[in-house]
Amino acid sequence: MNLDFSPQDIAFRDEVRTFIEQNYPAEVRAKQDAGEELGREDYLAWHRILGTKGGWSTPSWPVEYGGPGWTPIQKFIFAEENARAGTVPILPFGVNMVAPVIMAFGTPDQKARFLPPTMMGEMWWCQGYSEPGAGSDLAGLSTRAVRDGDHYVVNGQKTWTTLAQHADWGFFLVRTDPVAKKQEGISFLLLDMTSPGVTVRPIITLDGAHEVNEVWLEDVRVPVEQRIFDENKGWTCAKFLLAHERTGIAGVARSKRAIDRLHDIASEETVDGLALDQDPFFARKMAELEIELMALEYTELRGLAREAEGKPPGPESSLLKIKGTEIQQRATELAMEAAGRYASPHLLHNATGGNEAPVGPRSARGVADTYFNMRKTSIYGGSNEIQRNIIAKAVLGL
Amino acid sequence: MDFSFSEEQRLLRDSLQGFLRNTYDADSRRKAVASDAGWRPEIWRALAQDVGVLGAALPEELGGLGGGPVDTMVVMTELGRALVVEPFLETVVIGAGLLKRYDSPAACAAVEQIIGGELITALAWGEPTSRYDVADVCTTAKREGEGWRLDGKKAVVVAAPWASKLLVTARTGGGQREAQGVSLFLIDKDAAGVSAVDYPTVDGKRASEVTFEGVSLGADALLGEEGQALPHVEAVLDEARAALCAEAGGVLSELVRQTVEYTKQRKQFGRPIADFQVLQHRMVDMFISTEQSLSMTFMATLKLDLTAVERAAAVSAAKAYVGRACTSVGQAAVQIHGGIGLTEELALSHYFKRATMIEQALGSSDFHLRRYQALRAELPAAA
Repeated sequence: MNLDFSPQDIAFRDEVRTFIEQNYPAEVRAKQDAGEELGREDYLAWHRILGTKGGWSTPSWPVEYGGPGWTPIQKFIFAEENARAGTVPILPFGVNMVAPVIMAFGTPDQKARFLPPTMMGEMWWCQGYSEPGAGSDLAGLSTRAVRDGDHYVVNGQKTWTTLAQHADWGFFLVRTDPVAKKQEGISFLLLDMTSPGVTVRPIITLDGAHEVNEVWLEDVRVPVEQRIFDENKGWTCAKFLLAHERTGIAGVARSKRAIDRLHDIASEETVDGLALDQDPFFARKMAELEIELMALEYTELRGLAREAEGKPPGPESSLLKIKGTEIQQRATELAMEAAGRYASPHLLHNATGGNEAPVGPRSARGVADTYFNMRKTSIYGGSNEIQRNIIAKAVLGL
Repeated sequence: MDFSFSEEQRLLRDSLQGFLRNTYDADSRRKAVASDAGWRPEIWRALAQDVGVLGAALPEELGGLGGGPVDTMVVMTELGRALVVEPFLETVVIGAGLLKRYDSPAACAAVEQIIGGELITALAWGEPTSRYDVADVCTTAKREGEGWRLDGKKAVVVAAPWASKLLVTARTGGGQREAQGVSLFLIDKDAAGVSAVDYPTVDGKRASEVTFEGVSLGADALLGEEGQALPHVEAVLDEARAALCAEAGGVLSELVRQTVEYTKQRKQFGRPIADFQVLQHRMVDMFISTEQSLSMTFMATLKLDLTAVERAAAVSAAKAYVGRACTSVGQAAVQIHGGIGLTEELALSHYFKRATMIEQALGSSDFHLRRYQALRAELPAAA
């Protein structure tokens, strides 16, 4: 038992660090620094650069599909280095969500058609899961797909569809058998978002951002060859996806960066003439958060070490999701508290054309919006209560 | 990076588990704790000679097996799981852990006797007013002829009633809370001028208030250099804190396991109470705290050999975290059991008591949170 990275791991870390320094797009960095909202091309720029670097955009993919063949520890290091540098994260919907399903259940034609462009950042995916009447009870979904010759005709409404306004393709759970038990009448369809009958309507969240959408489907014709796996077996794909949605789920490296930022804010604010990070009340909260993150980091490392030994993943993905999101939320809460009165100016209008100088210290900008936005984390991807149900059943046998 | 146990460590765990399963059921423990002695010397002898765990982490040249902190972690976790009261922490982790740092004949002989199960020691460091500050020492040792004269009072010295020798911190120079000037002595408990008031602790151990009045000590009672004991004592107390975290791992795992089992048996409203989601989620939180505590214990144990600052920061982070888990998991276990969880008869309530005292032992969570906070600025930047 030891904590040391091997010389190969350290060399790998240096290689990744240097590559990021030399290749991260300066114009994206500038927008991030200015706190501007990122557009489609900003999200894809880094993805494409990594895609041309021997599969670095797809760390978790097997080599046969173009993945880089990294060990679990190397994947961890790669994520750490990206977080450390504050790169735009690669969106999970294509690379980490639909791609493993296509690899496991897709036909050779489907693999050839969808995997390479997903890897290269040429195909933006969105996830058509939640519906107004199907949130935590996902299997209760009612979007209908009716077979008509070589097509399905799809009608229904999806919601909370993240960044669908940019998406080229979506993977959708639809009901193909309305009579069967609810899990047994669902199919998994890939849908061209430019198909006639697809309407994407923005949902503006409480921070003023356009991140999620409603997707309306009206008589959308989807070729049968865009169905993954058998008809009515879509729930199998959905469960498989859930089990593979673990990559980076804890967000340890990004939370470390958030805590660093918190320290920056707290060192600039003063209480009774003392820096806020020296205030015993506030310092205590920061120390507690750091320790929580440390525990999560070592839980993740224990899981990686098990994975590296070829043992099946334990129940830790639900644990990582619960604690990871609690920590992310707490970090944003403390950042907002640290910023004091300059937490309140709402700055989003600067991104939409205003050109007056933002008020307050740079480190405080947008902290409240981030706090509001991050409430999503304990709700999405299976709410933290659903995760507790999973642990209760799968681990404690309750 | 590797979080797996070696073959030897697995064997150690399995043989200790097997031994405790056969000898350390709740009834035998209860009888031993209630007896005059308060422990079972025959268990100690067997741990030394049959199971061979006392020397697992001690140097081979002193008769040990040459293991390290991970071996201690393995042993402590099993001792926690069985709620063992015998003084492995006090005598082996702390006592031998300190003595092995000194090469005097008396120190080496004492380590060998500890490994053989023939000697029990206890470290007397805390004082009635020192709280958890190891440098806050009022007990004095003054030069007297060739040797020393020891005066003072030590508080809640765990395992002292079973010990024949005491390790004592005493001030040979410096002011009350100064790090410099604290020395360490190895003394016979039956030396003239040593008196002890013995009592049971709430978690089934035994402890003493120890008073030293003009105790005459030979020159060889001093371990190491005069006034330089503190770095050693702090290092060993950090090892002991990591070991306590490991013990907590065993205790917490049992609290979770027994609670889950109980809710599957206990029926209310016509069904097992395990069916109720509000209880399920509370048990999941117990499980999460326990898993996270294990991770912190691994982290602290594997950082014991780093620099003093890194070691202390890691240990204090772990102890703060694990301590709070002990309290929250313990409280939840009793709550979910209901009234039966408050009874002396139920094994679980004894786990609850030990968990509660672990939070306080060798520094409360607040103490360690403060210590971590003070050290974090001195930590080397992450690579």
